[in-house]
Amino acid sequence: MADSIPLVDYLVLGDDPHLIAHECTSCGARYFDRRNACAACEGTNFTDVEVPREGVLKTFTIVSFAAPGIPVPFVAGVVDCDGTSVRANVINVDPDPEHVRLGMKVKLATYSVGEDANGVEAVGFGFEPV
Amino acid sequence: MSGDVWILGIHMTKFGKHPDKDTVDLAADAARGALADGGVSMKQMQILAAGNLMAASAGIGQQLQKQIGQTGIPVYNVANACATGATALRTAIMAVKAGEADFGLAVGVEKLAGAGLLAGGSRAQDDGSWSPRGRYGAVAPVDGRIGTETMPGVFAQIGMEYGHRYGGTSFELFARISEKNHAHSTLNPLAAYTKRMTLEQIMNDVMIAYPNTRPMCSANCDGAAAAVVVSDAALKKLSLEQQRRAVKVAASVLTTDPWEEACQILPNVNTLTRNAATRAYEQAGIGPDDLDLVELHDCFATAELVHYDNLGLCEPGGAVDFFNSGASWRDGKTPVNVSGGLESKGHPIAATGIANIWEVCHHLRGEAGPRQIEGARVGLAHVIGLGSACGVHILERAA
Repeated sequence: MADSIPLVDYLVLGDDPHLIAHECTSCGARYFDRRNACAACEGTNFTDVEVPREGVLKTFTIVSFAAPGIPVPFVAGVVDCDGTSVRANVINVDPDPEHVRLGMKVKLATYSVGEDANGVEAVGFGFEPV
Repeated sequence: MSGDVWILGIHMTKFGKHPDKDTVDLAADAARGALADGGVSMKQMQILAAGNLMAASAGIGQQLQKQIGQTGIPVYNVANACATGATALRTAIMAVKAGEADFGLAVGVEKLAGAGLLAGGSRAQDDGSWSPRGRYGAVAPVDGRIGTETMPGVFAQIGMEYGHRYGGTSFELFARISEKNHAHSTLNPLAAYTKRMTLEQIMNDVMIAYPNTRPMCSANCDGAAAAVVVSDAALKKLSLEQQRRAVKVAASVLTTDPWEEACQILPNVNTLTRNAATRAYEQAGIGPDDLDLVELHDCFATAELVHYDNLGLCEPGGAVDFFNSGASWRDGKTPVNVSGGLESKGHPIAATGIANIWEVCHHLRGEAGPRQIEGARVGLAHVIGLGSACGVHILERAA
């Protein structure tokens, strides 16, 4: 049994953690979820592509009220990774508007979500300031 | 013009807490109010479209019939997120346009007082071991771990994204939008909250999701609204008074979000609103400059800003300047949310898309009392439901 498991299947762990997207081979639209067809062109063939690990924070919010079990405040945002938008938290930063700015450069980082009953560690991702 | 559809009667309950009334009571109040306002009865209605999002499978239409009139007409129970009310209205309008009915009734109702934070819904339960589930193969709930699905957080990002693209936004700017709507609400006795708030009060209130503090969020509350629609031909057979008070549906449009890069990452509420507005202006044969008032979907202060732009009330990218010019205050060039908007009036989800039509009709009929926009002839009502669905209606005073 593996010692660790990614929080989501589009996070690839290992020495060089990165995200993968399912790219439509017809039109180039990118998705992170399991697909039935392409919402842009109806194509059904997809290929996995690596998403750049650095990007620009194009929007964010600092969430003070969240679902039970989620530590607050935290920064949620969208990172433009060279044309591919990624939803993520901004981590390893003080969660206040003085430290989180629109347009700031960020890079992918991983963190431990916790261990399950079998000792397997779930690993999540976020983006941290460059 | 032959083929036009008219609002004959329309009503909204007070929005707020109604602990002694259930959803059917509220829906009945709104429906019977709309029928009385139009001078008609259930016996004349040939279609009923009804929405109650939080109990979408319960058949609110039939429940309502059993209290106010079981006449055997077709019922369409609709659910379309925050556009549910607009969808019910449009369903009735389409039935009239299709020639299947001369009279139709649309009702939206919600009981939300005390509902608290509304989140996305993709959360699964944590259990003892990590096992991938769902379309992302997630081993744990992603809401809060990979961004946020809470509504205040989603719409905060929608406003902040506008700031990233065009500049000029700030916490204070968004708070000033809320200040306007709370100021407007003081003239609306049906609003859930009618207290004026200072900018300092708004900015120093509880932060929910930066930059939205509590008064910058729509208020969960109870309420219902209903409208009776009528065909042109049937209206001509009614009294002159009914004809005078009828309000023309100059445009009725519903859209969803077309695919664009990032639209499945953060809901894109912009393009579908732009598309709906463009089509509505075409249908009505007017432009944004012709609007005397607008009720738009300010579910959060951050949302109101982007819809100035999406509805074409300003030049592309010009929403900040538009607001700073004072244009959207009730004495401005294009008064926006003179009802107080969802931030003060409240947002009983399925009622919202008919209550905003009621507000516009009230002004077009010259019946809005102290908050009347003088000489109002044309108004626009907009709602958006995440997922997404956008409803835009343009209404015109009878000539």
